[in-house]
Amino acid sequence: MTQAQLQEAANLPSHGTEPPQRKWRDYFTFNTDHKVIAIQYLVTGFIFYLIGGALATVIRTELATPEPDLVDPEFYNSLFTLHGTIMIFLWIIPAGVGGFANFLLPLMIGARDMAFPRLNAVAFWIVPPAGLLLMASFLVGPPQAGWTSYPPLSLIASQAGEAIWILSLLLLGTSSILGAINFFVTILKMRVPGMGFNQMPLFCWAMLATTGLVIIATPVLAGALILLAFDLIAGTAFFNPTGGGDPVVYQHMFWFYSHPAVYIMVMPFFGVISEVIPVHSRKPIFGYRAIAYSSLAISFLGLIVWAHHMFTSGTPAWLRMFFMITTMVIAVPTGIKVFSWLATMWGGKIRLNSAMLFAMGFISTFVVGGLTGVMVAAVPFDIHVHDTYFVVAHLHYVLFGGSVFGIYSGLYHWFPKMTGRMLNETWGRIHFALTYIGFNLTFMPMHELGLLGMPRRVAMYDPSFTSLNRLCTLGSYVLAVSTIPFLVNAVWSWMYGPKASDNPWQALTLEWMTTSPPAIENFEVLPVLATGPYDYGYGDRSSEVNVPFSEAKDPVLSAGPSSVLRAEPDPAVAAHPDDRVGESQNRE
Amino acid sequence: MQGSTIDSAKTVLNYHHTAEATAAHHEEHPDLRIFGLIVFLFAEGMIFMGLFIAYLTFRLMAPSWPPEGTERLELLLPGINTAILISSSFVIHQADSAIKKNNVSGLRLWFAATTVMGAIFLAGQLYEYFHLGFGLKTNIFASTFFVLTGFHGLHVTFGLLLMMAVLWRSLKKDHYNSEHHFGVEAAEIYWHFVDVVWIVLFLLLYIL
Repeated sequence: MTQAQLQEAANLPSHGTEPPQRKWRDYFTFNTDHKVIAIQYLVTGFIFYLIGGALATVIRTELATPEPDLVDPEFYNSLFTLHGTIMIFLWIIPAGVGGFANFLLPLMIGARDMAFPRLNAVAFWIVPPAGLLLMASFLVGPPQAGWTSYPPLSLIASQAGEAIWILSLLLLGTSSILGAINFFVTILKMRVPGMGFNQMPLFCWAMLATTGLVIIATPVLAGALILLAFDLIAGTAFFNPTGGGDPVVYQHMFWFYSHPAVYIMVMPFFGVISEVIPVHSRKPIFGYRAIAYSSLAISFLGLIVWAHHMFTSGTPAWLRMFFMITTMVIAVPTGIKVFSWLATMWGGKIRLNSAMLFAMGFISTFVVGGLTGVMVAAVPFDIHVHDTYFVVAHLHYVLFGGSVFGIYSGLYHWFPKMTGRMLNETWGRIHFALTYIGFNLTFMPMHELGLLGMPRRVAMYDPSFTSLNRLCTLGSYVLAVSTIPFLVNAVWSWMYGPKASDNPWQALTLEWMTTSPPAIENFEVLPVLATGPYDYGYGDRSSEVNVPFSEAKDPVLSAGPSSVLRAEPDPAVAAHPDDRVGESQNRE
Repeated sequence: MQGSTIDSAKTVLNYHHTAEATAAHHEEHPDLRIFGLIVFLFAEGMIFMGLFIAYLTFRLMAPSWPPEGTERLELLLPGINTAILISSSFVIHQADSAIKKNNVSGLRLWFAATTVMGAIFLAGQLYEYFHLGFGLKTNIFASTFFVLTGFHGLHVTFGLLLMMAVLWRSLKKDHYNSEHHFGVEAAEIYWHFVDVVWIVLFLLLYIL
């Protein structure tokens, strides 16, 4: 019996009488089922992704020529402002944190739903109105101050749009905090008996670290936005030096949230990758604890690096030094993860399907983004490339090459579980190839543009940059087109794709131990852990252990991780002192 | 094979199953809502933390604090107000002790008393607002003063609404008893939070 069969045998999925299929109407209602909410988040996020992508395409078309000939420069400001805001607050955070965590957390820890299902639905239903509100700013003159909204710029240009931007962000921040409280409590309190922290799938660890960041950092952004709103609407002078205020205070408060936000946006996908890679490499994850604890380290360090965005804002030298060092230190836990993923793949029986391709794409592009991150962490280099296209390249390598590749990888991996249908593999690979080529074509040349000194957020540029910009624009069209195969594939497969089995990837984590799509309350009986979450490739090694079904009445036979059936005598802790041999070997 | 009778019977069975499961589910984790509330209040506390640190930064950067020509804050009324608010934390705790002994009328009495004390605090705040020698836009000190106390006042107002909701619900027979009184506990914890924030705020704005 392989490990997957062992785990499946211990958890008979509830092919019960309950209809597992939701009606399509349920997805448009205030529904408290975490699986419905997850799909609501993902679909809403994807719609905003298409809008943000359309804005990006307009931006790149404008930048195909040095002259501002397509849109006027002020509208260009609005374009990049809304592009950034939409992609961050309405796509990656809702889809990544809201979508994947909602769907996977309760299933992975064997719970029937989240800790607070109604709060969960409230958190989702804040998102569409906030998004529509942001879109409505087009009617009154959209904000122009960039997604960072630094005063004094944000207090001068298109104030009505700016006020709408602030309100929309306050709503989205509230939604994000309410969601995070739910995830945090769910992970800590709702795990099946027998699942300690070190038996949790790594996605849960990643989400634990992420929600910690959301709860600590997001409220500070709310504080900054409240003060900014007073400056904008009531005419106070918090961020205005003429009245005794200081614009740098806004920058500190903003980045105290927005730097951790980078980890809020990418850590869920560290979790996704940590799930996808062992399943499709058929190997146990390398360094489970190293990956798990490095998430916590990233969370902690992520909170004390924010001023590296402000090296040119008059930050004193000793403070710059502190933030430079802490920023560079983050490369250590991140590197631990990257090398653990590579070591997991090393010598594995890799299935090169779409999910795995996107996971590998994630690693390759994220490493580039991480390396440029260490480069811009160095003060002298940062002063040189500050506000140039180098920063744009770095950011997109992290947020597109990281988060969006992670979202795609997760979608290809869990689509069968979410919808009960398989995605088309060929179109998935075409999607990957187009995305990977388009992405690198768009953003790789930006590194050079930045080093040459092309400033970001300006609609016109020196004609000597034209050829590289043409390349970027060409790449952005490939990237835009790459979405079409995915969209068609997802919609078609959802309706007509081949039915998915319960566990199409022979995975071991609990979400695969129920039907596809899962029944309304996930599990018929409390699921049991017959194997660890990543015990792949053990083959027949433990076939002599006959693990009984979960219905077994005897707790000793319940086959959890602490069951006597799983015990192997460890000579180091033998009862009689004379029998003890060697050091204790705690296995993973 | 399956007639309609069997199907409806199944539905009924499933319905019961779900209801039981939900009930059991809540029994399993009696303290989750309190834990969730505490995490939420931690997040709220982080907003205040951000605002406090902004206040301290403005203060440290200013050549003199409060800026020249600002009327000094009076201490007597806010001092009395503070005493009322802090003692209301002890009063609301009496309500918790009462309901643990199944004493609903005690719960009502102490909650009503806390509500009145909170209302007196708010009225005192408003009185102070209208008798101050500066307005929202006078200078950076005045702005931070109004935003911080105003944001706290908003929390006090919400606390009053919570307590009135508990009072309203306590009219229903056996809505709260010694076993089930999450609403009472939640309102109490929230009120303590409002209190603690005020102590920090008072120290920062009036005393320091």
